[in-house]
Amino acid sequence: MDFLTITQTLLEGFAVTCCLFFITLLLSLPLGLLISFCTMSKFKPLSYTFKVIVWIIRGIPLMLQLFIVYFLPGMLSKEGINIFGELDNYLYFELGINAGGALVAALIAFIINYACYFSEIFRGGIESISKGQYEAGQVLGMKKGQIFSHVVLMQVIKRIVPPMSNEIITLVKDTALARVIGVIEIIRQAEIFATKALIWPLFYTGAFYLLFVGALTLLFGFIEKKLSYFKA
Amino acid sequence: MAYLEIKNFTKNFGDVEVLKGIDMQVEKGKAVSIIGPSGSGKSTLLRCINFLETPDSGVMVLDGETLLDCSKKEKRDDKTLRNKRLNFGLVFQSFNLFPQHSVFKNLTLAPTLLLKDKIKAYKKELKQNKELSFKARKSLINCFKAEQKELIEKTAEELLVKTGLTDKKNAYPCELSGGQCQRVAIARALALNPKILCFDEPTSALDPELTGEVLKVIRSLADEKHTIIIVTHEMGFAKNVSDKVVFLYQGKVEEYGDAKEVLENPKSEALKNFLSSVSEKEG
Repeated sequence: MDFLTITQTLLEGFAVTCCLFFITLLLSLPLGLLISFCTMSKFKPLSYTFKVIVWIIRGIPLMLQLFIVYFLPGMLSKEGINIFGELDNYLYFELGINAGGALVAALIAFIINYACYFSEIFRGGIESISKGQYEAGQVLGMKKGQIFSHVVLMQVIKRIVPPMSNEIITLVKDTALARVIGVIEIIRQAEIFATKALIWPLFYTGAFYLLFVGALTLLFGFIEKKLSYFKA
Repeated sequence: MAYLEIKNFTKNFGDVEVLKGIDMQVEKGKAVSIIGPSGSGKSTLLRCINFLETPDSGVMVLDGETLLDCSKKEKRDDKTLRNKRLNFGLVFQSFNLFPQHSVFKNLTLAPTLLLKDKIKAYKKELKQNKELSFKARKSLINCFKAEQKELIEKTAEELLVKTGLTDKKNAYPCELSGGQCQRVAIARALALNPKILCFDEPTSALDPELTGEVLKVIRSLADEKHTIIIVTHEMGFAKNVSDKVVFLYQGKVEEYGDAKEVLENPKSEALKNFLSSVSEKEG
């Protein structure tokens, strides 16, 4: 097999990796903000509930969470039907998509997991804004929502860019975990070559990750520079 | 009756009695200085007046309207509080400018956000007039919007001139000196045209050589007959600019009267001690 075909096959796997990455990012950011509001809520039962949830999600391995999301529905249903397995079969036989159900399960696990990590970063950012900023908004007759969106938010964003970029770069590489429930992302794709005694494509996948993370690093550097016009 | 009348304000933080029954009057167009040693409750009093804290008991009447009466059950939702707060402007010791907005945006942000409510109210008003077509209503609203926006911008420009910041219009707070920041904060508070302007130690966070420019602005406001309440440690300023002085001591009004009279002929032992300790510091 020549270099070009292998690159092409790996790109197919990389498309799945990117799909996992972007969808997880897109949905876990707002969910994380919501969770951070819940953990900061003055209504104690709500804040404690979410603190416990965050503790559980951050406390068990992501790999285990993938297994739980994929297998638990089947174990809970009386007929023993695994909805993700069914989805796998349906998508394969109807549309020819491999491991589609597993992809959905992986997305659910990733979104919940990353939303919890993001929520703590958001909480740190929001709580670091001085009380004086809120009070300045209050004495100027602003509504609570207006104070958040027009006064606090931008300062929070500036402060959380470095920890967020860390977490987002970790997400790129964590997507590889999805292979444990059968998602055919780039590393799984390379492993298929490895079973045919072709090892180097496995190492070659590293280049894809490096390029992707490199682009992200440049992007975050750009955002930081864009936000450097003010001090917060 | 005085313009602003405060009766029997008390406030406890846990077991600490910070205010022990404060009575105070402010006349329209006059400046009142609140002085006193640290921990005497000056800032807490100012924060209560601005609805940032709720006193445990007391009554506050502004221009004949009872804004606060702790003996009655009053609405304390966001909207009522906002409307009450708008009677007052507050300039903080630490400026609290919005760092991500330019000087001009700092001045126009709050008025622009309030304009949204005004437009809503105007829309409602127009809807009751059934004779107006949809198109006519829309053009009226757009006209109103443009007019108000222009007014906000004009006011902001005027305030920049007044505070001597015209060349800093597009600068960001991090590019300004402390004195300039505080002048922006004063202009920002004035942009909403409050009935009473409050200052919470406006020069305490500034280098000595920068206090002058801020005090000059406050003095010009007093000369223009703005009603002012100022918590300050600048005794000279209190004496020369304010009409009345309130001396707070351990949560109580120890002395109250004409500024010169109170500061030149202190009656209580506490005020005598306080004034001598301040003058010692100033050398």
